[in-house]
This record gives sequence, structure tokens and C-alpha cells, in this order.
Amino acid sequence: MTDVAVIDYGMGNLRSVEKAIEHVAGSAKVRVTDDPDVVMRADRVVFPGQGAMPDCMAEMEARGLHQAVVAAAAQKPFLGICIGQQMLFDHSQEGDVTGLGIFAGQVRRFPDDKMIDAAGLRLKVPHMGWNEVWHHGEHPLWRDIPDGDRFYFVHSYYVDPEDPAVTAAHTDYGLRFTSAVARDNIFAVQFHPEKSARAGLQLLTNFMHWNP
Amino acid sequence: MLAKRIIPCLDVSAGRVVKGVNFVELRDAGDPVEVARRYDEQGADEITFLDITASSDDRDIILHMVEHVAEQVFIPLTVGGGVRTVADVRRLLNAGADKVSINTAAVTNPDIVAEASGKVGSQCIVVAIDAKQTAPGKWEVFTHGGRRNTGLDAIAWAQRIEALGAGEILLTSMDRDGTKNGFDLGLTRAISDAVRIPIIASGGVGTLEHLAQGVSEGRADAVLAASIFHFGQHTVQEAKTYMRERGIEVRL
Repeated sequence: MTDVAVIDYGMGNLRSVEKAIEHVAGSAKVRVTDDPDVVMRADRVVFPGQGAMPDCMAEMEARGLHQAVVAAAAQKPFLGICIGQQMLFDHSQEGDVTGLGIFAGQVRRFPDDKMIDAAGLRLKVPHMGWNEVWHHGEHPLWRDIPDGDRFYFVHSYYVDPEDPAVTAAHTDYGLRFTSAVARDNIFAVQFHPEKSARAGLQLLTNFMHWNP
Repeated sequence: MLAKRIIPCLDVSAGRVVKGVNFVELRDAGDPVEVARRYDEQGADEITFLDITASSDDRDIILHMVEHVAEQVFIPLTVGGGVRTVADVRRLLNAGADKVSINTAAVTNPDIVAEASGKVGSQCIVVAIDAKQTAPGKWEVFTHGGRRNTGLDAIAWAQRIEALGAGEILLTSMDRDGTKNGFDLGLTRAISDAVRIPIIASGGVGTLEHLAQGVSEGRADAVLAASIFHFGQHTVQEAKTYMRERGIEVRL
């Protein structure tokens, strides 16, 4: 039986993530855990996050999860969500904090001077709501998800990878930003699949069936 | 492009939907899970639950309700009503709410906004503003269902709660609430232009045109309505089709 670990480092509510994965997981066992050993033993790992990245990094470190996350990201099907995606990068402007460095690049705040829509009106930050996700090439996690389908976002910072080849999708909001990254066994998204209705559940289903 | 959101609002008391919901093929119109699922199927972008439970003995029932809904409905859920402390906020989030709406408590103790957003993140904290027009181009913040004037200027208050860390504002015109005459577009636009966080317009929707006006003239980022959807007058899908025909970006 497949074991899925949802990494819990005490930041925010993981119940939605847990319930959505359970909803699509079939016979798989879903465990919300802050135990590095459970993460190490799991077959698949989900790395969610919400709130502020400096707090997320600090709480993750305090629970001794750093190594387990890095090890999981090196070998298992690994899904990062929201701050869980941002933490995979080198560094964030938010609190000038160092990330895990699994992807080369920066986490940047939506710049004030770009937050203008086509009609000249100011775009709100956080970027909150349903926006289009445009695929960069094919990936097993996009199976049965139409290109440009909408997912639910809520964030003020976005990832800016050094290597454009890791971008798995982009979204437009004032500027064009990377809304999903993929490399080998890692897939990570800025949006919330657990809150994105049918499209989100499909992505989670695809993750559960993914054998990179 | 980011879609404008349509948010059906449900009043709940002791864990049951009140004010009546009239969907065809609904087994139990008072069951929040069933009603929420129906709105999800219609394409609602989020669902807001307003807890109007009178008895404090029954307050915890909302937590169980949120748990049940969150197990089956995978769109954002906002819960408001009677939220007084950061502990209340945490309990609702832990039950499965994605956002918690704070109203009176924010007025009586603005620090709760800063404390809650600092603890759980701004993205989870909605501050509800109930406003009434007191002079041309001037609105003041009311509490207790519009009965008590706080004397606070609504625009200044919106800017203050933004600075305190609110992630979103649920703006209700107490002049229009229940009238079906449409949003107070002047109020909506004044607040939307005054802050950088998203605004949900509420109060007064009677037609699909009102919803569209909230976005196009009020510059709201989301529109909230109750009775227009509850009594089967329109589906969320119809509302979205109507808005798209008027050039408004929606998720269909």
C-alpha cells in the first residue's frame, strides 16, 4: 500500500490538503506528519505551506525536517504547494530568507510598478482567486487538465527560476510568472490544487499515479 | 487573466442552513454539505458561511459543520460570525476553513487583526465592514447588524485594517442589504480604490446586472450574494455566463 506523507511544520491548516488527497488517493494511506522518519519512509511526499516563508523555514528547521525534505525531493515523487514551492528555491525577498536551494532562483514580490491591468487599473496584491495556468510542454501531472485551465491562487510572492527549462507552467498577473516548476521527481505549484475544484483534484490524482 | 469571483453566502445557525435554499433535487435544504456541494457544482468560486447562531452553547457546532463541508467541497471556504479571538480563528482554520471573517471584534479590538494575520497569515484573514452612508461621498462603519454607529470613516477604516494585515475586505452596504436594489457602487468603488487588497462587494443584489455592476462600476474583485441564488432565481453558472457576456473575466 502506498504511503503519502504530508509534511506538517506547524504553519497553518493542512486539513484541506489532507482531505483532498484522501479524496483521490483510493487505498493509499495519507499521513500528516512532522516526523522526519515518517517522511523518509513514505512513498510520496507532499510539501505544502502557507503564511510567510521566513516563518515556514524557521518552523521546518526547528522540527529537524530540513534533511528529510531534501532527501525526499532527491528521490521520491514530491509535490510542493504554495510556500512549499517557494521554499525549494535559493532565496526569498520575503524577510530576506535563505531557502532549500533545490532549485536555483529567487522568490520575488509582485512589483508595485507592474501591478496595472490592461485598462490601467491597479491590480490587487495578494493575487487572490482563479487564474489561468498555461503549460510549458507535456507532463504527467497535466494529464486531463486543459491548457489554460484555472486554479486558485493566493500569494504575494512568486518564484523566478534561473533555468527556464524547469518552468512547467506560467500565469499572467501584471507580469508573467512561473506558476509551476518540474524537474525529475519534483513537481511544485504556486496555486492550491486542494482548493481548485475539479482541476485541482485531477492534478492530485495525477500526482498519486505519477512514477517518475 | 485573474477571474472575478462569485461567492454565494449561506447563513447558518446551529450547523444548519437557514433562510431557506431552494434547489431542485435537494434532499435536505438545510444540510450545509449538500448546499455547498450544489454551489460547487454550479461553479461557485468560493463559499462563505455566516454563523448567526444565537446561543453560545451551540457555537461549537459550526466547527463540525466546517469539517464536514471541507471533506467534500474543494473550493475556498470562508466562515464568519461571532469570531472574537485569535483562538476562534485558529479553531475554524483547523476545522477546514480557508479564511475567517472578523467583523465587530476588529472594531472593538483592532489588534486582533494584526495578531491573527501575524499568526496565521494575511491570506486567511478577511475583515468584514458594514457601512452606511452618512453624507454624500461619506460612509461610516456600523456594527450589530447596522444598529450601532462606530463613528469610524469607512475609507479610513479600510486603510487601517489593510495596514494591520487584513488579506481581504468583505464590504457590505447596510443601506442596500436586503433591498435587492443593487450594491452601493459609490461605496464599493471608494473602498476598492483606497486599498491594495481585494474587495468583496456585498449587500443588495437582486439581479444578475447588479453582480456585473459590482465589478464593472464598483471595481470589486469579487461579488457576494445570498437570496438571488438561494431561491432558485439564478444559478451561479447563469451569473457567470451573464458576466462573461458583458466582458467580465470569470471562471466557467
